[in-house]
Amino acid sequence: MSVAVTTDGLGKRYGRRRWALSDCSLEVPSGHVVGLVGPNGAGKTTLLNLAVGLLSATTGTISVLGGNPSDRPEQLARVGFVAQDTPTYSHLSVADHLHLGARLNPGWDAHWAAKRIAETGVDPTQKAGQLSGGQRAQLALTLALAKRPELLLLDEPVAGLDPLARREFLQTLMIAVADDGVTVVLSSHLVADLERVSDYLIVLAAAHVELAGEVEHLLATHRRLVGPRRDSVSLPGDCRVIDASHTDRQTTLLVRTDTPIHDPAWIVEDIDLEDLVLAYMGQTSNVERNRRSGLRVQP
Amino acid sequence: MTWLAWRQLRPSAVATFGALLALAVALAVTGPQLVHVYDTTVKPCPSIGDCSDAITAFGNKYNVLQQLLTIVMQVAPALLGLFWGAPLVARELETGTYKLAWTQSVTRTRWLATKLAVTALATGALAGLLSLAVTWWSAPLDKVGTNRFDGSVFGERGITPIGYALFAFAVGALLGLLIRRTLPAMAATLVAFIAVRLVFSQLIRPHLMTPLRATFTLLATVNGYASFNGSTSNLTAGSPSDASLQNAWIYSARIVDAAGRALTPQATASACPQLANGGLRAQLPPAGSAGHVHAVPTQAAGQALQQCVTKLSDSYHTILSYQPANRYWTFQALETAIFAALAICLAGVALWNLRKHLS
Repeated sequence: MSVAVTTDGLGKRYGRRRWALSDCSLEVPSGHVVGLVGPNGAGKTTLLNLAVGLLSATTGTISVLGGNPSDRPEQLARVGFVAQDTPTYSHLSVADHLHLGARLNPGWDAHWAAKRIAETGVDPTQKAGQLSGGQRAQLALTLALAKRPELLLLDEPVAGLDPLARREFLQTLMIAVADDGVTVVLSSHLVADLERVSDYLIVLAAAHVELAGEVEHLLATHRRLVGPRRDSVSLPGDCRVIDASHTDRQTTLLVRTDTPIHDPAWIVEDIDLEDLVLAYMGQTSNVERNRRSGLRVQP
Repeated sequence: MTWLAWRQLRPSAVATFGALLALAVALAVTGPQLVHVYDTTVKPCPSIGDCSDAITAFGNKYNVLQQLLTIVMQVAPALLGLFWGAPLVARELETGTYKLAWTQSVTRTRWLATKLAVTALATGALAGLLSLAVTWWSAPLDKVGTNRFDGSVFGERGITPIGYALFAFAVGALLGLLIRRTLPAMAATLVAFIAVRLVFSQLIRPHLMTPLRATFTLLATVNGYASFNGSTSNLTAGSPSDASLQNAWIYSARIVDAAGRALTPQATASACPQLANGGLRAQLPPAGSAGHVHAVPTQAAGQALQQCVTKLSDSYHTILSYQPANRYWTFQALETAIFAALAICLAGVALWNLRKHLS
């Protein structure tokens, strides 16, 4: 597995004491569409800004495509970036933005960019400031992809979009990267945004990697166990309890295991990505928990 | 990168150069008339006699336009600093577009260097053309002015406006980068620019070159007699109408003896008792107006002054400290160069700061 981004003990401090990211060590494999999930303030934006060279690290190291994400044109050309809220020059037209991309990137694919803009149905003469949020995001995505990067980083690209624009954006992203082999990292605080598109997941909470792995593998190795209430449980050796919750009559466990569980005392269920991420972030709300257990007891 | 820098500047550059063009047209229409009036009224007047009325009438011609030009020349460099300098980086930081710019395949150092260079070029060109038009138009008016070093004229003619504009622009760009918000950066730019301009014109400009010194014998047509602080009366030092002093910037004129000691009121009173007598003093023209043809003192007072001056001129003379008129362009070049050098330093600090700290 080749690696697109490696960090080791990476930390970023703002001012004298506010650490936006501390002691973060992770690996982002190349060739995947990687979802970077974490609650607000987990350090996702800081991590991506460090990877693209907009910020420099206070501590630790970060390596992007084997290079230092420094302020060098060759390195900048290899990494595409769509910043949070997809900033564009509001008084410049869409065509101006494409011209900008052509002028500032040696590997610019003008033909592809023009085609992409035509497909999204945006009028090239329109000023970027008059575009809808979805159209602006499409423009920013086109700019980032037409420079033909090896790695594309997207920071909460769909956070400000309505559900329809969200779907369109992710669809075009998938089509765009499908035949390109470009490694994509997109961050979000909502798993639902990433579920459809990413095949690799990194869960970041408080600057620590809580979970990383291919989505299929993660779903295959996590199970929810529901059974009568018990305070101490004995499970097969390779079983690791991620999250446990109890009601008066019932115990619900989320476990990681590589072997099937045959103990008839448990009802074994598959879990979806959202539950998995929430369990790792330790943020499964009590309400949610009670609702689930309530449903189980009704025969 | 040049394209983006120019594309971002273009709308405001077109509007600003348009305004300059409109002003240039107004000046082109009125300029020749001004020359005509000068040639027909002021130029021949010495042969006719009294020039002051012709000069006053000439000075009042296009009074409104003159005042407008004064305002334009004073505020134009500051405005360029405010509207081209301060938002240059601050607006990108505010709106987040720097993230777009800095993630293209161009280093942020080159990004800022190009933006600074392109906008500075437009700033310098604009200030230069504006000053060229105003200097050309004002040439006849400046001929009747006493000296071109005067604060209200020196910074509004020639090449100094270019230096001021470049400096204001660089101040704005740097403060925008440091403060990171456009409006506060604009306010800070205005304050900084005015402060530096004032300090320079008041404290630094007089010391750019060592002034020349010249001694002149006392003359009754030049030296007056006036009271100081209401009590002590003394002979006043004036500047003779010598060719070397034509349109010169006179720092000081003092009456001193051979050893360099200043003429004291007591020495004057003992040498000229009849002048110290209050009756005659009142009939003398007020200090400063000495030398003007139309301010003729009464005969008795005039004679008393003449005697006094003759008597004192044996042991006293006038010492003048001044910058001759032919140093005008040296002063222009020095001041412009200093402001331009300051601008370059500030731009360097901005580039260095962008590399080191904005991350």
